Amino acid sequence: MSNPKGATVIVVGGGVSGLSAAWWLARSGVDVLVLDKGIVGWEASGRNGGGASHYQSPLFAEEQRLWPLMDEMLGYTTEYQRGKIVLATTEGQLKHYKYVAQMFTEQGSPSHEIDRQEIRERVPMSGDNILGGVHLTIAGQANPQRTVQGYAWAIQDLGGRILQHTPVLRLVSEGGKVVGVETRDGILNCDSVVVAAGPQSASLLAGIGIDLPIAAARAEMIVTEPAPMMAIGAVDGNGLYGRQTKRGNLAYGGGPHEWLDVGPSGPSARPGSPLIRNLTKRLYGLFAKAPSLRVIRSWAGVIENTPDGRPVIDRIDNVTFVTMSSVGFGLSPASGHAVRDLVMDGKCSFADLEKLSLKRFDGLDKDWREQKGWVSRSETL
Amino acid sequence: MTSPTIDRFSITGKLPHAKQKADIVVVGAGQAGVAAAVAAAKGGASVLLVDENPVSASLMGLDTPLYFGGRMTRAVDNKARMIEQVFASDPQLEEAFEAGVEVSLGVYAWGAFQNGPGMAAMPEAAIGLADEERSWMVAYKQLILATGSRDLSLSFQGWDQPGVMGANGLHALIKRYDAFAGNEVLILGSGDLALNTALMVVEAGLKVAALIEVRDTVQGDIGLADKVRGHGIEILTGHVIVSAKGGADGVEQATVVPVGGGDSRTLVCDTVCQAIGVVPAIELFNVLGGKLAVRSDLGGHVPQRTGAVSTALANVLVTGDCAGLGSLDAAAHGRAAAALALAGIAGQAMADEPVAAQAPGLDAHAYHTDWMAALLKVGDDSIVVCQCEEVTRGDLTAVRQPRYLGAPSDVAAKRDINSLAADGPLNQDQFKRLTRACMGQCQARRCREQVALILAQSSGVDVSKVPLAGYRAPVRPLPMSVLAADDEPAALTADWDVWFGIPTQWIPYQDIGSDREPYHIANLTDTI
Ligand SMILES: Cc1cc2nc3c(=O)[nH]c(=O)nc-3n(C[C@@H](O)[C@H](O)[C@H](O)COP(=O)(O)OP(=O)(O)OC[C@H]3O[C@@H](n4cnc5c(N)ncnc54)[C@H](O)[C@@H]3O)c2cc1C
Ligand SMILES: Cc1cc2nc3c(=O)[nH]c(=O)nc-3n(C[C@H](O)[C@H](O)[C@H](O)COP(=O)(O)OP(=O)(O)OC[C@H]3O[C@@H](n4cnc5c(N)ncnc54)[C@H](O)[C@@H]3O)c2cc1C
Repeated sequence: MSNPKGATVIVVGGGVSGLSAAWWLARSGVDVLVLDKGIVGWEASGRNGGGASHYQSPLFAEEQRLWPLMDEMLGYTTEYQRGKIVLATTEGQLKHYKYVAQMFTEQGSPSHEIDRQEIRERVPMSGDNILGGVHLTIAGQANPQRTVQGYAWAIQDLGGRILQHTPVLRLVSEGGKVVGVETRDGILNCDSVVVAAGPQSASLLAGIGIDLPIAAARAEMIVTEPAPMMAIGAVDGNGLYGRQTKRGNLAYGGGPHEWLDVGPSGPSARPGSPLIRNLTKRLYGLFAKAPSLRVIRSWAGVIENTPDGRPVIDRIDNVTFVTMSSVGFGLSPASGHAVRDLVMDGKCSFADLEKLSLKRFDGLDKDWREQKGWVSRSETL
Repeated sequence: MTSPTIDRFSITGKLPHAKQKADIVVVGAGQAGVAAAVAAAKGGASVLLVDENPVSASLMGLDTPLYFGGRMTRAVDNKARMIEQVFASDPQLEEAFEAGVEVSLGVYAWGAFQNGPGMAAMPEAAIGLADEERSWMVAYKQLILATGSRDLSLSFQGWDQPGVMGANGLHALIKRYDAFAGNEVLILGSGDLALNTALMVVEAGLKVAALIEVRDTVQGDIGLADKVRGHGIEILTGHVIVSAKGGADGVEQATVVPVGGGDSRTLVCDTVCQAIGVVPAIELFNVLGGKLAVRSDLGGHVPQRTGAVSTALANVLVTGDCAGLGSLDAAAHGRAAAALALAGIAGQAMADEPVAAQAPGLDAHAYHTDWMAALLKVGDDSIVVCQCEEVTRGDLTAVRQPRYLGAPSDVAAKRDINSLAADGPLNQDQFKRLTRACMGQCQARRCREQVALILAQSSGVDVSKVPLAGYRAPVRPLPMSVLAADDEPAALTADWDVWFGIPTQWIPYQDIGSDREPYHIANLTDTI
């Protein structure tokens, strides 16, 4: 390695995907350096719903195995809590939630329908408008902001390094192999690189001829003042995802997103919209007995999706890249493990990731975004 | 050309037009806002002037929007009567009414939205309003923000009890609400704000216990100071408050000491009014994505102006104290905003005056820093900084996790403000996330500035370098039943999905490509 400021592995992007990967690498004794254009977890990773319940993923079993261990393994609190209740206010929702419960059960998370009596007991703030619900026993939630900082500090505790406010301008390759990354302060060398730069992964990878098809969008959430504590805080449904935090606040999102064109330097703003009134309407529908509970804040985050909405976790030569396609917080303990395996062993040791490889998009039409309508309507961006 | 495909689950075309419209919406019915509204109406525009006063008693109890310190009488419980009272307290409102301005009192502006970087979803620029019952949107062509200022509050032993309040809160209770429950006021500060506060208290027939100033000299106008002293009121320079003590009804006495050390004095008072400073009320401008500048001479974070009242947002004007504190003629400033708004509506270009060289104001950051330093010196780490989340000074600098999470692990206990500082410039939002300071119901009104001051002092940086902890809608805490939309368009309801509406995203991994795919797609295609 020619530049002592570089590292054996450089991770581009300090969101949960990059941080977890770096943490797993550091746990294996690898000399790792994480670079972020801003503060760790400033983008989607610090702005999400904290849900950790992803039956659809090949990483589901590892996700559920790891979360209860994370506080211990990291040395920092994540506020992980197990269990989830989903409530319906319409027959259509109820039918869908029962299907979801069936899927969780099939994937090894025993789940069942709960009746109105049980709902009243478990969710005292819910009203008579609730038709029914399901209880997912092995599913959960954590605090994204605390988790992000936990990963970052745990990396440092293991001897890894993190450089904030250091955007990677491009990947530097020589003879078909990436040898480093260029920053404003020059080139940092590495033996291999992990690209986990969220929506910006596409432009970084395009620079070395890898075409990662993703489109970015803005999504909004609201949060209330603390409400009386529920035994299972991850109560959502009625078209929303979200959770009660350990402090008692209700943090929820859902509904329409806005597609954006996000340049290589990332979003220039993350504005909210009057949609928070529609989110509030549904939250009030979920907790109808708490009309005077106050909404105190909202926020928006920018998140990318692949054409089929599934992650890409793949490696080409010495470049490993990961996009979780808009569902990457909860899976992060497992996605980092998978990335570590790809970087070190070329293959994931605990799950088949074949169907998440980039080659499934070979031959994708150039105008796939236009075809789907996944394009920005903004002229000002 | 074929029309472009629109993702039905996206926000494109989903947000409704506002049912109410005005050419010009003015937020804030202080001197600047009323003058702007009257001038705009006289210029022929339809004008809506909104002001949140009288605010509900329950918001007052949260020290929102001003720092009322629990010192209001029961009179504030009757909102209908308070509306009459507030209307009567300002003859200019009558004038606005007669000029044809639609005046809405007791109405909160909780957000303002227009298309710009990151958003093209708004069908038109609109402001979000609410009363105690419901919320609604009003479309505007031009928006004039005349939102005034907020109280600056700093912590000391016993500040978290009834009777400790801010200068704006006191002014509102005495002048607007006629509902102040105190009798004897100890005033912190000696700038014009503090001196005027003292004179106001005297004029109201109440007592001033003393004025306390940490610097060695009186900071405000000498003439004003002489007037204050003429009433037999002491201005104790070179002194700082150590504590306020009291009983069930709050403050009963306060102890002060010389900043350099020496004998303490205990003063009888039922109110401690913090008149050290106020802060421009930039919430809505920040929500709109307006560019801010840090101007200590104008009070701190202020809208970056391209003239006296104009900003880079073409249809948003800022006027009065919210544009920056200073010795402005607020009414003239308001009229300047009206003239530009009228020109904007007529599509005429009109030059805004360059920002007039204002008489240099107090160097706010330096002054606040001196106060905070003196307060830190005489108080220990156990003093609460964030009242909503019960975060102490010590918690903040130790970046300690909240108590309800239990004791931190050994490695976590080693982390503190230096760990964060070592990884780059301090950011208030990071402290917010980890300690929860500024995350509470009062929306950081009582701690935003002092958290920045404490972070700056503990890490040896200038407070102007600490980024603003941003504001987000709703900028007033609003009950769910109030904020909830009652005008949701059918298409928004029909196309609402919990996430992106991509069915393939949720097919169990092992079933991808199997003959079970159609089963899943059928279950995942309806909006969920
Ligand atoms: C001790 C003291 C004495 C004073 N004496 C006088 C005096 O004699 N005469 C005088 O005119 N003023 C007086 N003031 C107030 C004065 O200094 C004003 O701050 C100044 O006139 C600037 O006026 P403004 O119009 O910019 O803001 P302000 O007068 O502060 O008016 C702003 C208004 O906007 C409202 N507002 C802000 N945000 C929102 C929102 N989101 N939704 C709805 N409403 C909102 C506020 O509640 C407030 O009513 C005094 C203040 C103090 C503390
Ligand atoms: C509102 C919302 C709610 C969500 N809810 C959930 C949920 O409940 N459960 C769930 O599992 N997921 C949820 N998600 C999705 C989840 O947040 C993301 O999938 C996840 O955070 C992605 O993490 P990441 O590390 O891959 O990307 P990001 O968090 O986007 O991180 C990428 C990082 O790379 C950095 N970067 C970018 N370009 C460069 C560059 N050139 N050089 C250096 N650094 C760069 C960025 O600054 C950023 O920190 C939600 C997302 C949003 C927006």
